Amino acid sequence: MGLDKMYKNLHNHIVKLLKAGTRLDGRRLEEYRKPITVEYDIIKTAEGSARVKIGETDVMVGVKMEVGTPYPDVPDEGTIIVGAELLPLSNPEFELGPPGIQAIELARVVDRGIRESKAIDFKKLCIEKGKKVWLLLIDICPINDAGNLIEASSLAALAALKSARFPKYDEKAEKIDYKEKTSKKIELTKEPIAVNVIKIDNYLFVDPITEEEKVIDARLSVSSERDGTLCALQKGGDAPLTIDEISKMIDIAVEKGKELRGVL
Amino acid sequence: MGNVIVKNKDIAVPGEILAEGMDNLPGEGTYRDGEKIVAGRLGLVMVDGRAIKLISLSGRYIPKTHDTIIGKVEDITFSGWRIDTNSAYSAMLSMKDATSDYIARGADLTKYYDLGDYVVCEVVNVTSQKLIDVSMKGPGLKKLDGGRVIKVNPNKVPRIIGKQGSMVSMIKDATGCRIVVGQNGLVWIDGDPKGELTVVKTIQKIEEESHTTGLTDRIKEFLENETGKR
Amino acid sequence: MAYKKRLEDRGFEETRPIEAKVGVIPKADGSAYFKIGKTWAYAAVYGPRNLYPRFLQDPQKGILRCNYNMMPFSGSGERVRPGGSRRSKEISLVTEKALLPVLDLNEYPNSVVDVFIELPQTEAGSRCAGICAASMALADAGLAMKDLVSAVSVGRVDDKLVVDLDYSEESYADGTVADIPVAMMPNLGKISLLQMDGEISKEELFKALELAKKACKKIYDVQKNALKNRYGVGQNV
Repeated sequence: MGLDKMYKNLHNHIVKLLKAGTRLDGRRLEEYRKPITVEYDIIKTAEGSARVKIGETDVMVGVKMEVGTPYPDVPDEGTIIVGAELLPLSNPEFELGPPGIQAIELARVVDRGIRESKAIDFKKLCIEKGKKVWLLLIDICPINDAGNLIEASSLAALAALKSARFPKYDEKAEKIDYKEKTSKKIELTKEPIAVNVIKIDNYLFVDPITEEEKVIDARLSVSSERDGTLCALQKGGDAPLTIDEISKMIDIAVEKGKELRGVL
Repeated sequence: MGNVIVKNKDIAVPGEILAEGMDNLPGEGTYRDGEKIVAGRLGLVMVDGRAIKLISLSGRYIPKTHDTIIGKVEDITFSGWRIDTNSAYSAMLSMKDATSDYIARGADLTKYYDLGDYVVCEVVNVTSQKLIDVSMKGPGLKKLDGGRVIKVNPNKVPRIIGKQGSMVSMIKDATGCRIVVGQNGLVWIDGDPKGELTVVKTIQKIEEESHTTGLTDRIKEFLENETGKR
Repeated sequence: MAYKKRLEDRGFEETRPIEAKVGVIPKADGSAYFKIGKTWAYAAVYGPRNLYPRFLQDPQKGILRCNYNMMPFSGSGERVRPGGSRRSKEISLVTEKALLPVLDLNEYPNSVVDVFIELPQTEAGSRCAGICAASMALADAGLAMKDLVSAVSVGRVDDKLVVDLDYSEESYADGTVADIPVAMMPNLGKISLLQMDGEISKEELFKALELAKKACKKIYDVQKNALKNRYGVGQNV
């Protein structure tokens, strides 16, 4: 309740602007910040990497590969492990320490989008059934958080996977030579794109900036594939959503997903 | 003998030699190291007679007595309000300094200023420990209703206000918005959406180009283009 | 055996190529990145700001708090587990000691100036790169600073004194190595960080420190230009 009061002026003003079809930075409700840039393979020490900027939001994602034992119920499958750290470097409100719930949610939403869309055939990550599989370790590191980290991160994760190449692996010696990359890539079969649709009062919009994130009533993160199939959903925020609103939000997310996919 | 190495409006970085010899005096932001006057911060050179000083280009607000600031009520105590000053230090607004009305002991303070309210207040005391008192008794000091508040680089506030308020007046006239500029880097804007956005963009432009010459003319032109008014 | 040739035919007193830019993290009060060879460090400064917990507050002056961290994908081999290590905590400490002498925090009692250093990519010389980035970020944040801090590693690889050891030199196996990270206040000529791994004679050490002095002056010029370029007036070195 106290927090509500601290941002009441901001909330009221944003609603006033939304009524007039605009936002704090003059964008329309369905408009993304510009420019949106994707840089591939920016980190030479990673097996795959990418950097995505949406306006001033700036995120780096790296993919490291390790060989590990498969889960017993899927002995012929490798997997992805997604981690996110809300680095205090990127936002004055982030504190040092182990990942809090916000970081965990970010990592899990990005994970689900990739995993549930089956963008990666985990069976192709198998080296020796029951014994050795490739583990793709995806780490999300924001450089500047000016809002909408979930989208920038999921776009960067996808781009990093696209750019990734397997390191040389000596099966006999069971050693990875990280200094030598092979030309073998991961082969993504799908490109799931996460889009955040925000609800404040009765208005729906996309690509929130920091101030807008402070006063959202509800959020729906939707990951969708090229053909519109949904592969991950996450509702955030305190206010409930009607079925009609959810339907509208999904439509917006799928449409915007197509636009973002084009940037890749 | 003296030898000034830099000139007005140069950007100097910490450690840079600004002048040599004993003729010149180390002004604000500089220090003397033997025969040299050295930059003690990142700043804009200003030669003022024999003194060389550096104007800060960046840096968070440090509260000073007599500053008029825009604060935000962050807590209410039994004797007053704690105000967020957009600095490392919060300020106290006590009941007796809050308004020209008489506030009875035990009154509900939220009826005057509530959590989250923005207020224009004056810094009346800063101790060596940076304990700060503010007052709202005085002309122009009041609660701000509606509008939006943006954060600007506090070092650019003089440029945003302009000589005798000329810059901010120009912006007000062009956009029809009410504007209050706090010395602490908070600016309150109230008008129609398009006007407010023009004010925000204009102020951003002033911030980015504050260290260059010919700014006033460029801002005038910018406003004319944005509002379509000549 | 003598150490004859460095990778990429680098001169013994030459650093790897350097790139620096200021004002790269808009949310921060001051920011910069510093890249030397493949080692890439970002630094963000927040402060002076409120300090919690209260028992850390110093009523006489502000405190400086540095945190050095390697991103999980920044190591030349396996993934680096997040959360810091004893090594990164030690580097955070010596970084703080390296930067403190140039700052005057008397104006900010009870507050903190936070410096966060993150490395997306490392290949030797990371603590020095972090210090170079942090020093620019502190200046960018408008803090009172007597000088910048420039840092580079110097040392001996076999029989040659070198500047800016790369990974192959740090792990050189064909002879003895001394790896000496040095941070200096280039205009005041004082040293604020000095560490050493390996073996070296006192005479060689002082020769190496002379090389460090020269290299730090060059690095200062790069940092100076990066700061000026932020305002469109640098020399675009």
